[in-house]
Amino acid sequence: MQGYLSLWDEYGGQMVSAFWGNLQLTFWAAIGSLVLGTILALMRISPVPSFRAFGTSYVNIFRNTPLTIIMAFGVLVLFGVFQVQFSSDFNLNFFQIAILGLTIYHSAFVCEAIRSGVNTVPLGQAEAARAIGLSFMPAARLVILPQAFRGAIAPLGNVLIALIKNTTVAVAGSVAEISGLMKTMLEFRADVGILIFLTIAVFFVIVVIPVGLLTTYLSKKLAVAR
Amino acid sequence: MSTDSHSNSAKSDLTPIVRLSAVNKHYGQLHVLQNINLEVSKGEVVVVLGPSGSGKSTLCRTINRLETIDTGTIEIDGKVLPEEGKMLAKLRADVGMVFQSFNLFAHKSILENVTLGPIKAKGMKKAEADKLAMSLLERVGVANQKDKLPAQLSGGQQQRVAIARALAMRPKVMLFDEPTSALDPEMINEVLDTMIGLAKEGMTMIVVTHEMGFARKAADRVIFMDGGQIVEESTPEQFFTNPQSARAKDFLGKLITH
Repeated sequence: MQGYLSLWDEYGGQMVSAFWGNLQLTFWAAIGSLVLGTILALMRISPVPSFRAFGTSYVNIFRNTPLTIIMAFGVLVLFGVFQVQFSSDFNLNFFQIAILGLTIYHSAFVCEAIRSGVNTVPLGQAEAARAIGLSFMPAARLVILPQAFRGAIAPLGNVLIALIKNTTVAVAGSVAEISGLMKTMLEFRADVGILIFLTIAVFFVIVVIPVGLLTTYLSKKLAVAR
Repeated sequence: MSTDSHSNSAKSDLTPIVRLSAVNKHYGQLHVLQNINLEVSKGEVVVVLGPSGSGKSTLCRTINRLETIDTGTIEIDGKVLPEEGKMLAKLRADVGMVFQSFNLFAHKSILENVTLGPIKAKGMKKAEADKLAMSLLERVGVANQKDKLPAQLSGGQQQRVAIARALAMRPKVMLFDEPTSALDPEMINEVLDTMIGLAKEGMTMIVVTHEMGFARKAADRVIFMDGGQIVEESTPEQFFTNPQSARAKDFLGKLITH
């Protein structure tokens, strides 16, 4: 017990700020992948064959590529080879590359979650929208997507939960986040090794459980009555 | 193009509102529409009858291109229906459609269902669209339900809202695709009464239905389809009392036995 308390004295501040890094990664990547995933879903349901082909290819490529490899590609190839820099600040640059990697990977899953939501919308809704003279984009924006999102809340919640946990992969991109810190702590404080694991697990559980409860609640509350 | 369907009525009296010429359509091997020729003039009420699978619903749906066609042309008020894009959307706005399964926008209120088209497809001001929608909802008798969601209404009420939604676009022609087939028997009449009211006011209508009473009462012309072809075309009086083709006689014979 004494040892565990001294771990908090030594690393408490760092743990909180490192986990704050994970939360920031989650926040920006969630916004990014929601936007990109929605665009991809629109492409996949659009009447234009080349858009559909692009959306399908994107999803198949990035859904089937390990996130670690996308992260390593971002750091080693984008930054290392092509010298892509989003920021002159070294750490901020890696942080932004990590957001990009998480966004690219998770937007494939967001796209599929939204598409499963689109499948909950009866075909007649789209036909009625077309029949009153709405073309594809207005029909999608005003009729299909609002209902699709409500039908996709539960799967989108699952994607968000996966994203929260996958922020730990940003360690592959040298971002200061909690799983990187965990390695350091394990190295210097092997005496409380198991407790370090459990502590970090609790950090995630505290964040993930409310997300799960909230999405379940919302998906029931916002369900479209038919 | 004039957005007001009433202003060019002088011209419309001469050109048919809807004209199908040599329309063919296949579903794989099945030839669902076989060389269909049909003209509907302004103010005319055409009822399409026929057994299931005769192609009557498909015919109705091709007129605003919810179904594509293989060959032939479809004209709305003298303009050929384009294949895709903005022009198609514009022409569709002139064709009101009422579906068997109502298809009201499930996430929008009754009032919003009716105002969506005028505001978003025609650029009407919201206040003006609200006023128009309320007068139409009043007319179909569901104005007091305006803030409810479609699922909170009965089938008959939903279908009357769907008619108001189509009318809000001030269409040149209204298509009804089996509008009463999904309704409980006691709700069929309230929808048919609304449609008869429309017919009396001079709305051009193409109605696919199994309601023989409506055909007798409101139709100017009856079209009988079977196997993807127009088999017989006559006045309701003539069709019901003295059908010419064997297939029409057979169809009517089956109806009367119950």
